[in-house]
Amino acid sequence: MDFTPTEMMTIAAARPLRSDFVCFVGIGQPSAACNLARLTHAPDITLIYESGTIRTRPDVLPLSIGDGELCDTALTTVSVPEMFRYWLQGGRITLGFLGGAQIDRFANLNTTVVGPYDAPKVRLPGGGGAPEIAAHCGEIFITMKLSPRGFVDRLDFFTSMGHGEGGDHRARLGLGTKGPTRVITDLCVMEPDAQTKELAVTSIHPGVTREQITAACGWPLKFAANVAETPAPSDEELTVLRALHERTRLAHS
Amino acid sequence: MAEICSLEEAIADCVRDGDRVAMEGFTHLIPYAAGHEAIRQGRKHLTVYRMTPDLLYDQMIGMGCVDRIVFSWGGNPGVGSLHRLRDAVENGWPNAIEIEEHSHAAMANAYDAGAANLPFAYFRGYIGADLPTVNPNIKEVTCPFTGETFAAVPAIRPDVTIIHALKADRAGNVLLEGILGVQKEAVLAAKKAVVTVEEIVDEIDTASPNTVILPAWTVTAIAEVPGGAHPSYAQGYYGRDNAYYIAWDPIGRDRDTFLAWMKENVLEQGPEAFATHGRKHGKA
Repeated sequence: MDFTPTEMMTIAAARPLRSDFVCFVGIGQPSAACNLARLTHAPDITLIYESGTIRTRPDVLPLSIGDGELCDTALTTVSVPEMFRYWLQGGRITLGFLGGAQIDRFANLNTTVVGPYDAPKVRLPGGGGAPEIAAHCGEIFITMKLSPRGFVDRLDFFTSMGHGEGGDHRARLGLGTKGPTRVITDLCVMEPDAQTKELAVTSIHPGVTREQITAACGWPLKFAANVAETPAPSDEELTVLRALHERTRLAHS
Repeated sequence: MAEICSLEEAIADCVRDGDRVAMEGFTHLIPYAAGHEAIRQGRKHLTVYRMTPDLLYDQMIGMGCVDRIVFSWGGNPGVGSLHRLRDAVENGWPNAIEIEEHSHAAMANAYDAGAANLPFAYFRGYIGADLPTVNPNIKEVTCPFTGETFAAVPAIRPDVTIIHALKADRAGNVLLEGILGVQKEAVLAAKKAVVTVEEIVDEIDTASPNTVILPAWTVTAIAEVPGGAHPSYAQGYYGRDNAYYIAWDPIGRDRDTFLAWMKENVLEQGPEAFATHGRKHGKA
């Protein structure tokens, strides 16, 4: 089956998720990937949305983090202070799945402003749960389309910390969690180098060239010593993802 | 003790120009009807608090009710920007507004501290993040036992908190179910609380002893406004009107389109207009 780069991105983002993960889900692309995983190879994954819904199993993708569908299908729903205090800060969540407007080579994220904070060129929604999700989840996956506007040499604002200045910066700030371990884009997958923590391409999606990837990134992007080719989407992955999007479209129209 | 009254009376009695007002609701149970009433009554110079300001604060900002907003995520969920908020921040229209920006964890902890009658909240937060460099209300505190440093933010203590709930009984006890957000904390942190409800019943016949109830003596005024959370939703009454949120984007984007929409749908309407969205008339 033919597939789009966005479908490839969602499917590549879903594949590393496992049934034993307890996953704090961001809205948009992360939500699509997490629910695709739940509907395919990771049926027992625990999905948590910051509205307080724990182990939710929505039939359609929510438009917001607090759609009724999430509460109706959840194991339990807790208050927002409880969610951030006991469950997130309490260290009960193994994986946080985030998106962002801008990312840098150390997987720090900006969803706050483009331009100066006091006189922004573009005022973005802000951090929401991200600053503490990035700190307290066991590890972080990020999914974003690869573009020069999004993958920037220098962030306008550090909304949430990835690997900071690189190296052992997280550990120096007292963080015992792994931080970003994987960035899934529509062209490739990146992972941080074990020592420097700088992102490098580790897998290239089918039909994509290194030149395309380099041209779409705002910093001189490195490639790992061994770069894999991402397996193309299977018929099952595509069929389940398209059905999910179609149910979602009908539900929100 | 809670007084059961009309929404017009509740807002007129409890909300003053210049007040610190929290209208909470985490996607669910957003008090749209009450916010529209505050717009109609021409409230000005408000400081508004909300973790997730959405279309309601966009509308209030665009109508010039707000001087200052304290928030942690401002957007039209799944759709895009709040264009009235952006126009005020980027261009000062219709008036410049101050923003005080936090993370969700900070706001949730700050409401919790307010409800607990503490002056500030502390938590493990903002590590490696830039917000503390632009928000002077984010400081540090050191644990006297371990020496660990924590983020500290002032408690939120609104003059009035406004929420929408499912039911109240005739004595003024209020029932919340479903996604609870931070409403209980916001009510208990405030000097006064205004609650709109889907219905007022003789008795709240809940099956669970752990159901969230705000006792009558924690609430100042209650108004029955069926459909009053539309276009957000009320668990068991009506679903979220996602199509409305999507349709808002082009309305909010343009100043004249926005003003014309507000005139027709807010200024020239009353709380009863929300009833078409409630359970008795709309879809369940």
